Amino acid sequence: MSGGYLLLATILVPLAAAGLLVVTPQRFPNVVRAIALAAAATMFALSVWVFVAFQTGSGGYQLTLRWDWIQNVGILGAHGISVYLGVDGIAAPLVLLTGIVILAGTFVSLKIDRRNKDFFILLFVLVAGVFGTFTALDMFVFFFFYEVAVLPMYLLIGVWGSTRKEYGAMKLTMMLVGSSALIFIGIFAVFTEAGRGTFDLPTLWGIHYSPAFQKTFFPFFMIGCGVLAGLWPFHMWSPDGHMSAPTAVSMLHAGVLMKLGAFGIIRLGIQLLPEGAKFWMPALVVLATINAAYGAIAALSQRDFKLMTGYSSVSHMGYVLMGLATLNVVGINGAVLQMFSHGVMTALFFLCIGALYDQAHTREIPAFSGIAQKMPLWAGFFVLAGMASFGLPGLSGFVAEFNIFVGLFRTYPVLGGIAVFVAAITAAYVLRMFAIAFFGELNPRWASLKEISVAESIGAVMLCGAIFFMGLWPSPFVERIATAVTHLPGVTG
Amino acid sequence: MNHYEVLAPELVLLGLAFALVTLELLFPQLRKDLVAYLTAASAIGVLVASAFFANRSDSFKDLIQLDNYTTFFRILFLGTAALLAIASAHLVRDKLSNAGEYYGLLLLGVIGATYMAAASELLTAYIALELLNFTLYVLVSFDRKDPRSGEAGLKYILLSAFASALLLFGISFIFGVTGTTSYAGIRHALEAGIGEYRGTLVVGLVLLLTGLGFKVAAVPFHMWTPDAYEGAPLPVTAYISIVAKAAGFALFLRLFSQAFMPVISDWRWMVALLAALTMVFGNLIALQQVNIKRLLAYSSISQVGYMLIAIAALSHDSATALLLHLGGYAITNLAAFIAIIAFYNATGGEEIRDFRGLAERHAGLAMTLTIALFSLAGMPLFAGFMTKFILFQAAAQHGLLWLSAFGVVTSMISLYYYLMVIRQMYVLKPRDGDGRLRVPLLTSAVLVVLALGIFFVGIWPTPLFRAAASATRLLF
Repeated sequence: MSGGYLLLATILVPLAAAGLLVVTPQRFPNVVRAIALAAAATMFALSVWVFVAFQTGSGGYQLTLRWDWIQNVGILGAHGISVYLGVDGIAAPLVLLTGIVILAGTFVSLKIDRRNKDFFILLFVLVAGVFGTFTALDMFVFFFFYEVAVLPMYLLIGVWGSTRKEYGAMKLTMMLVGSSALIFIGIFAVFTEAGRGTFDLPTLWGIHYSPAFQKTFFPFFMIGCGVLAGLWPFHMWSPDGHMSAPTAVSMLHAGVLMKLGAFGIIRLGIQLLPEGAKFWMPALVVLATINAAYGAIAALSQRDFKLMTGYSSVSHMGYVLMGLATLNVVGINGAVLQMFSHGVMTALFFLCIGALYDQAHTREIPAFSGIAQKMPLWAGFFVLAGMASFGLPGLSGFVAEFNIFVGLFRTYPVLGGIAVFVAAITAAYVLRMFAIAFFGELNPRWASLKEISVAESIGAVMLCGAIFFMGLWPSPFVERIATAVTHLPGVTG
Repeated sequence: MNHYEVLAPELVLLGLAFALVTLELLFPQLRKDLVAYLTAASAIGVLVASAFFANRSDSFKDLIQLDNYTTFFRILFLGTAALLAIASAHLVRDKLSNAGEYYGLLLLGVIGATYMAAASELLTAYIALELLNFTLYVLVSFDRKDPRSGEAGLKYILLSAFASALLLFGISFIFGVTGTTSYAGIRHALEAGIGEYRGTLVVGLVLLLTGLGFKVAAVPFHMWTPDAYEGAPLPVTAYISIVAKAAGFALFLRLFSQAFMPVISDWRWMVALLAALTMVFGNLIALQQVNIKRLLAYSSISQVGYMLIAIAALSHDSATALLLHLGGYAITNLAAFIAIIAFYNATGGEEIRDFRGLAERHAGLAMTLTIALFSLAGMPLFAGFMTKFILFQAAAQHGLLWLSAFGVVTSMISLYYYLMVIRQMYVLKPRDGDGRLRVPLLTSAVLVVLALGIFFVGIWPTPLFRAAASATRLLF
């Protein structure tokens, strides 16, 4: 089926755009912008197409494409490493998410002046890595793209970031790369234990590994991928990294890249080592609960918009991990829904914060007051994101969190109670921020603030659309996700 | 029957080396960069001619073995020498004297290096090793105006002579136990059993490993490397880190797979220990370097650690992976060094902080160097990720998962010091008064080709991988 070329295109379009930008002279910044926008729009269109083309009735892996890449040489047997792409109901919404966020992020980044060519090259390499990871059905290809997605972060933050950018960039890069060492080791162990000479994931999923092996190596994937998902106590890179990253990078990173970690736990953890997952999930759920609670409480006391959102991301990723750890259909459904929901919502947060910071050059929450009067549209977007984050019915967060809570109450009732309580804290810090910064008397210092720009508004409208879409009509998402989740090994009804 | 034609490529190379020296004597007014291009042309000529030896297997009196393994390394060395000759052109013309001798020695070193890969007898291997070393002693101290160069040469001679003595001492033990110096003969003797002499053999192996450890710069025998790297003229530093290192491993691999395979349990733990020490200390000490040459010296030491993993896990799989890694390493290091040479020619700086703001002074140079450094750190899309992945997986496959884990963790640490260079180039702005740099057209072309080569090996390594597999097939 030719549909596989669609997935290949999602990887090749950003790489080709990056290649094209390499040879575009820096003295034509507008040509750079045009190429970037065209490429991002193409990626968005492709991702929508992938989401729509996924047949909910038939389930399984669809739009598959398989090319042998390296085989029958050295350690590699037949189909040793193959470009094997395909999406299931879990990956399809995440591909859509990536398409939405990259287009919104590109709109926001149009205003970058300093070396915008290099910026877009790195941004597109990152996106190619994200698309590749979500669609890979080969363990080598999965890890290859996983690392590609992390690779450009240092330069993106270091060159175009703000506020302690070198510290944030280095901390983020070293923690993420360090954690991938664990995944590396886990992959070596699985390949050796399987002994088939292939990295083909469906083949590896079909093998039954000894329980001792599963229990030993599951933590390698759980922690290795968990660091990228912001798992407590390895979340420290996240608030600092997000604070210093430029807007579009924060959007992509919190919106999409952190989901790669959770996605990795599904693909390499639950699907590869189900018995190990069963054994370790109680530990994960405890860590994830701390994640959610700690992130929310830390967010309560932040004075910087971006730091607050960074901690809020840690908290929301805690929900995702809690949902995964339930190992029941409702909980994992909720986790995947939350990945999408948090992706668009946090991207919207960072977009709004970026729009404010570029004018005000500060992100201190207490420094602002009554700015909703000057920027009503901007405030509207921001409030919508906030509402979605504490799960207002009718918005995406409600659908996702509701499923997670139901799943949690089935397996871990006490922790389910804590999770609901954390949602209340979320409401507290979001509303507190609105109360301080948005409403009340206008501080005369901000009398000159201008409304959010057109390009940024387009990006924000897209993200709002996604939040409403999922909140009001969740069935396209739920149908897709459910077909995949019910077939995960070791998942109870 | 004596297969004299087996010796042909090296004899031709020898003739060319002397011709280059004589050329300068006869025509002292000759433009010095012309000599460089002549050298590169000769090396490439011999390279192309020796490709006709592919898939041929012959031996000269059981001393020199011609097979795909030899051909693989000959092509690797000649290619490296050709590119380094081109990269040396401006530096040698402007800063050094006696250009003819310099280029002659480059080719002479290749002969030693190739025979290290081809030798199938211990004393021949030793003589080849010394031939390479003697050319390096001269090349390291070639910059007569820089006292660091002379100092580096002296240190190198003293420590290397010490290592040679250990090596010879080890060879004498092996000869005492097995009664032969031929690799095949040693293997027969070991397979037949050596009974009570096992202790003597182990002493011989320890001495041999110490000697080889010095030559390839494995921790704790690496002390000569940073000084020699720092003092030597830049192209010579590159030559040591690529040709001398690969040649050391070529000898190491053939010797241990053809001769010492039957007693692998006696030496595997020693090599594994050396590998672990080398990876850990090479990478940790590299973190503190401020000079780009010293940084690359320690970086190359840590690369030796990764390569030793393959020897510890010795098998056809790991030998193939090692050759693949060496190929990728050669391309990557050539790109890094040639970019640094171009930078040095334009600015004279060799401290890491001199690279400040390079992205705005010469975008292409900064990008090539970044690609090379990411590749050395083992990041995907670049050669380093692919070759290291295969190498570590091969070792894990043969029971050394823990050593692969060391490799993975230490190469993640290495990313930090490569990022410190990248930080200078991209994150920091140039100092006032630092203008744009000029890079000669030919150098730019070479750099573009090498950068594409890094991507090529990193994305589609199959051709190199197959060449490596066929090169190592006859070793086992």
